[in-house]
Amino acid sequence: MQLNHDSFPEGAFNMPEVLVRKRAVIVEEIFHEGGPIMNVPQKRAAALAVIHNPYAGKFVQEIAPFMEDLNPLGLDMAKSLVAALGGDPKIVEGYGKGAIVGQAGELEHGALWHVPGGYAMREILGGAKAIVASTKKVGGPGTRLDVPITHSNASYVRSHFDAMEVGLNDAPRADEILLALVMTTGPRIHARVGGLKASEIKGEDGLR
Amino acid sequence: MKSKIRKIVTFVEETHTEMGKPVNPPTRRAAAAAVIENPFASRYVEDLTELMDIGEELGALLSEKAVAALNIHGPTAESYGKAAIVGENGELEHAAAILHPKLGTPVRKVLGKGAALIPSAKKCGGPGTGLDIPLGHKDAAYVRSHFDAMEIRINDAPRANEILVAIAVTDSGRPLPRVGGLTKSQIKGEDGLR
Repeated sequence: MQLNHDSFPEGAFNMPEVLVRKRAVIVEEIFHEGGPIMNVPQKRAAALAVIHNPYAGKFVQEIAPFMEDLNPLGLDMAKSLVAALGGDPKIVEGYGKGAIVGQAGELEHGALWHVPGGYAMREILGGAKAIVASTKKVGGPGTRLDVPITHSNASYVRSHFDAMEVGLNDAPRADEILLALVMTTGPRIHARVGGLKASEIKGEDGLR
Repeated sequence: MKSKIRKIVTFVEETHTEMGKPVNPPTRRAAAAAVIENPFASRYVEDLTELMDIGEELGALLSEKAVAALNIHGPTAESYGKAAIVGENGELEHAAAILHPKLGTPVRKVLGKGAALIPSAKKCGGPGTGLDIPLGHKDAAYVRSHFDAMEIRINDAPRANEILVAIAVTDSGRPLPRVGGLTKSQIKGEDGLR
């Protein structure tokens, strides 16, 4: 797809502009899965942004500076997730991130999301210690992505190992990247396979 | 609640540019979907009243969810649509019972007016089946800029004994409409058509 440069102000295609075609927020409220019905549902929310890939169609060596350009968008997506979950960051217990790179891009372009996506959620949640679980791939419009989820303060909390499937029927186009952030408000709805519990978190190393 | 809800999912999409051209203000649309138990799975039941009542309940719940997701006042909504996927142990008629007899009235109460037919779609399918919810202007079905559809899917629904019911609401038409026809400024709003 050829972008119409005339539609944007002068210089819009020089970095650090991030061009957003589309954004989406998806919220799941899960009441049960065949077991006891919960009064307070587990919530999972995903924020998606479809951006123009400035490196589509060519090999560019120096791509790292674009990470910083993505910070404001990441922060805005993380804020929209907290808002979609009711507005209180304290309710968030799990998180994850991911990206789908359109077919004119390379997997490495998806890796640009690691730092800004993770930074944004930690910033908004305040003090989240665990590494942000992530995944990425190259795909076409309608490609689905299973975004992995772990507890935001201790990666080994077994009840919070989860994933949320996301995607948009019209994205990513060839020269786009679909960026995703996910947050959850609790464990799997009927978690019962043991392991480290959220109540046992020491919270020192982000793992346990 | 008459319906036994396993999960509710809301979707919001905003389109900021299309073909490189800014869409200002962005077009916005939302869908709210409930995954419910099908009380008539795996058996033929003549009287579908229970599903009709569930439709009435979901009409209010899902339209309120969609409007809340858009953060708008109900009457400022511009287009709407409804659709359902019946899990493999149900029949298409179960979707019809939810969607057609009683679902519309509470939707119109939430959105104010709603003179036009609510466009609909239904199908039988398994978990992860995509659903294209048709969209049309809520007060005049012939408004061409608002003919549209919104695709949703939920990877784990509907299971065999479930029904996925969805309502879509927008505050706008397609991103860059330019194929003519009746425009929203020309709506008379008397017959639901023009």
